[in-house]
Amino acid sequence: MGLYGASFGAAAVTAGLSTAQACVLSLLMFTGASQFALVGVLGAGGSAAAAVAGALLLGSRNTLYAVRMASLVPERGVRRLAAAQVTIDESTAMAVAAPQEHARAAFWATGLGVFVFWNLFTLLGALGAAQLGDPADLGLDALVPAAFLALLWPQLVARSRVALAAAGALVALVALPFVPAGVPVLLAGLVVVPLLVRR
Amino acid sequence: MLVASLGCAALKLAGWSLPQRLLEGERLQRAAALLPVALLAALVAVQTLGEVDGVGPRVAGVAVAAVLLAARAPFLVVILAAAATAAALRTLL
Repeated sequence: MGLYGASFGAAAVTAGLSTAQACVLSLLMFTGASQFALVGVLGAGGSAAAAVAGALLLGSRNTLYAVRMASLVPERGVRRLAAAQVTIDESTAMAVAAPQEHARAAFWATGLGVFVFWNLFTLLGALGAAQLGDPADLGLDALVPAAFLALLWPQLVARSRVALAAAGALVALVALPFVPAGVPVLLAGLVVVPLLVRR
Repeated sequence: MLVASLGCAALKLAGWSLPQRLLEGERLQRAAALLPVALLAALVAVQTLGEVDGVGPRVAGVAVAAVLLAARAPFLVVILAAAATAAALRTLL
């Protein structure tokens, strides 16, 4: 988790964000894939609207995690606000995997732990990248797509998922020369539409 | 940037606060499960091949990442190996 956070900080600074902006994203947005997508689009010269839309689409899965968590780990008031903010892949996975009587502890420990480390290492990564020379010399331009691939990998649990991933990648690459930066990824999201309508 | 941040935070809160009925539709569940697959794959493709400059070493780095992921290497090893591969090829070539 630490180095993932550091790699986000480095990627954000490489994309032209300030260290402070990288830290605000990790504090407020706090959902890795969306953050990487946002800085990826901005770094490629994409519009703010395309960057925001991509981040929101990737963040939408947290809504469904939250629905699950609201029944598994009931919280009220301020605690619910805090719980919402730490509802991410990791905390949801741990809460679901833990025996039911420990679900609440697993959720909070994972959520808060990841939050602290993610933000700390975002800062370190951003400061580190600001000191370094050309990011391409360090291979940081390969690190970002590798991070996306690592996030994608566990989702490729069936042949249909692999086909969906291939279709998404193909749509984005075909669209790439014709539309502004950031938009190809949004168009790739459309490939799930026929899968939803058919049944 | 603030808009995106607050939007993502609102998406989480929505799940905690809205009536469950509204969000438990099967179609919505499928959409949220499938959307990240298509988006992440598109991001991998665009970030790897989107720029002609330095594309060779970058593809090599991502290919190494794929091999390591298939071998169930931890996240850290995967991304560092990808960066190291691209950097090494640039130094050597």
